[in-house]
Amino acid sequence: MTRTPREIALWSIGILVVLLYALIPVLWIASLSLKPSDQLGDRRFIPQEISFENYETIFNTETFTRALINSVGIAGLATLISILLAAMAAYALARLDFAGKAIILSGALAVAMFPPISIVGSLFNIWREVGLYDTWPGLIIPYMTFTLPLAIYTLSAFFREIPWELEQAAQVDGATPFQAFRKVIVPLAAPGVFTAAILVFIFAWNDFIFANTLTSTDEARTVPAALAFFTGGSQFEQPIGAISAASIVVTIPIIVMVLIFQRRIVAGLTAGAVKG
Amino acid sequence: MSERSRSERRLAWMLCAPAIVTMLIVTGYPIGYAVWLSLQKYDLRFPDEKEFVGLSNYADVLTSTTWWSDVWNTVIITVASVSIELVLGMAIALVMHRAIFGRGAVRASVLIPYGIVTVVAAFGWRYAFDPASGFVQNLPLISDTAAPLTERNGSLAVIVLTEVWKTTPFMALLLLAGLALVPDELHEAAKVDGAGPVQRFFRITVPLMKPAILVALLFRTLDAFRVFDTVYIQTAGANGTETVSILGYQVLINRVNLGVGSAVSVLIFICVILIAVLFVKGLGTTTAAQRGEDN
Repeated sequence: MTRTPREIALWSIGILVVLLYALIPVLWIASLSLKPSDQLGDRRFIPQEISFENYETIFNTETFTRALINSVGIAGLATLISILLAAMAAYALARLDFAGKAIILSGALAVAMFPPISIVGSLFNIWREVGLYDTWPGLIIPYMTFTLPLAIYTLSAFFREIPWELEQAAQVDGATPFQAFRKVIVPLAAPGVFTAAILVFIFAWNDFIFANTLTSTDEARTVPAALAFFTGGSQFEQPIGAISAASIVVTIPIIVMVLIFQRRIVAGLTAGAVKG
Repeated sequence: MSERSRSERRLAWMLCAPAIVTMLIVTGYPIGYAVWLSLQKYDLRFPDEKEFVGLSNYADVLTSTTWWSDVWNTVIITVASVSIELVLGMAIALVMHRAIFGRGAVRASVLIPYGIVTVVAAFGWRYAFDPASGFVQNLPLISDTAAPLTERNGSLAVIVLTEVWKTTPFMALLLLAGLALVPDELHEAAKVDGAGPVQRFFRITVPLMKPAILVALLFRTLDAFRVFDTVYIQTAGANGTETVSILGYQVLINRVNLGVGSAVSVLIFICVILIAVLFVKGLGTTTAAQRGEDN
C-alpha cells in the first residue's frame, strides 16, 4: 500500500504525540535530579547547569542504599518464589486434563483483584505478634497476593502455546525423558517464564502500600516507601533533588528491561487477560 | 475413570496445591481475621478494653460523613480516570494497530509509564504542579501562582492526570489485543458499502470488541477504586481528596484503631466484590448475546 505525504505526516504527528506523552514526566524528573540544589526552584523544564550532587547525596544516604538493597532482595525473592509455584500450577493448567481448571483460574483472578488495604490491618497485627513486622519475609508473603495470580495467568497462557508433542518426538528419537525435557521443553518455555518473571518483578518493585504499612525502619523498607519518608533540612522542606535522583535510579533498570523485552511483555500482558 | 486419567488428575492437583494453598493463606486468612477484628472494640492504644461489640463498628463507619464523602471521592477519581483512559487508550491502540511505521517506538514508549513505580510518577507530577518547583506554571496561559495541589478540584485533577498517565498504556495494550480480533474483511466490506471511518468504528469495531473493552474496564475500575499511592504522595488525603483506601490506612495505621479500621477494610472489600459482580454479569450477557448471533 502506498501512502500519501499527508498520511505520513499525520502518522508522524500521532507517533510524536504518544512519545511526548510517555516521556515528558520522566524527562521532567530526570531534569530535576540533575539540577544543582540552588536551581531546583527555577521552574525550568531543562536544567541550565548539570550537576550530579543529588546522586552523590542519595548514594551517601544509608536510608536510600539500604532501601535499594531491600527492594532488589524482596522483589527478587518474591518473583522467584511465585514463579516457581506458578510454573507448577501453570504446567498442570496448560497440559493436564482435570476438572477444576476453571475454578483455579477464576480463583486466581479473584485474588488478583483483592484490595490490599483490606488485609494490611490484619497483617499489621499478626506480623507484630509473630515477629514478621519490619522483615523481608513480612513483605514477601503478602506480595504473593498479587505476584502469584499474575504469574499463573501469564505462564499458563504461554505454556498453552508450547508444542508439547515435540517432547514425545524427542523421546521417540531416543532421548531420555530428562533429556527431552531439558533440551526441548526448557528452551521453549524459558522465554515465557522470563517474561512472566519481569512482569511479576515490576509489580513487586512498584508496591507501596504493604511496604509503607508493614515496615518501620531501614531493616525492610523498600525504595517506594523510603521515598515517602525522605526528609529535607526541615520538616516542611521536601528534598526534591534527592527524591528525583532516587526516582531515576529505581526507574532506569525497569525502563531498560521493558525496552529490551517490549515485544514479549506486551504478549505477556495481554495473553492472560484476553485468552484467560 | 481410567487409572491413567485418575493419576493425571492427582498429579495436576499436586502441582497446583502449593500455589492454591499459598493464595488461600495470604488472602483468606487475613480477610477472615479482618472480619473478626471488625466485630471487636480494639484500639491498640487501649488494648485492655478489647471486647466483642458485634456490628457497632460498621454502624459507626456507615453513619459517619467521612466514609460517605471518601466513597464519593473514590468514585469521582475512578469514573474520571477510567473513562479518560478508555478514550485515550482506544486512540493509542488505534495508532498502534494501524501504524505504517514507528509501531515499535510507540509500543516501547507506552510501556514506560507502565513500568514506572507509581510513587515516582506521583512525585513527578506533584513537583510539576508545585508553584515552588514546577515547570507547569511557567507555561504560557497558566497563572504563575496557580497551586492546584492546595485546593480540592485542582488536587483531584492532578490525581486523575497521574493515574491516567500511568495506566492508559495497560488499557491501550488490552484494547490493542481486542482490535487484532476484528477481521479486516468486515472493514473492507463496509467500505465497499460506503461506510465512513467513524461509522465503521462504532458499528463494527466497538461491538466486536465489547468483551475486550469490558475486561479492560473491569481491571482498571477495580484498580482505580483501590487508589492509594498517588493520593498518599500528592495530598495524603488533604483538601477533601481522601479516598476509601486512605481512610482505611489512617484509621488502621495512624490511629491504630484496628476494630473500626477493619470494618472500613471489610466494607472496601465488599465494594470491590460488588463492582466485580456487576462487570462479570455485563460480560456474561454480552458474550452470550454474541454467541447467540453466531449460531
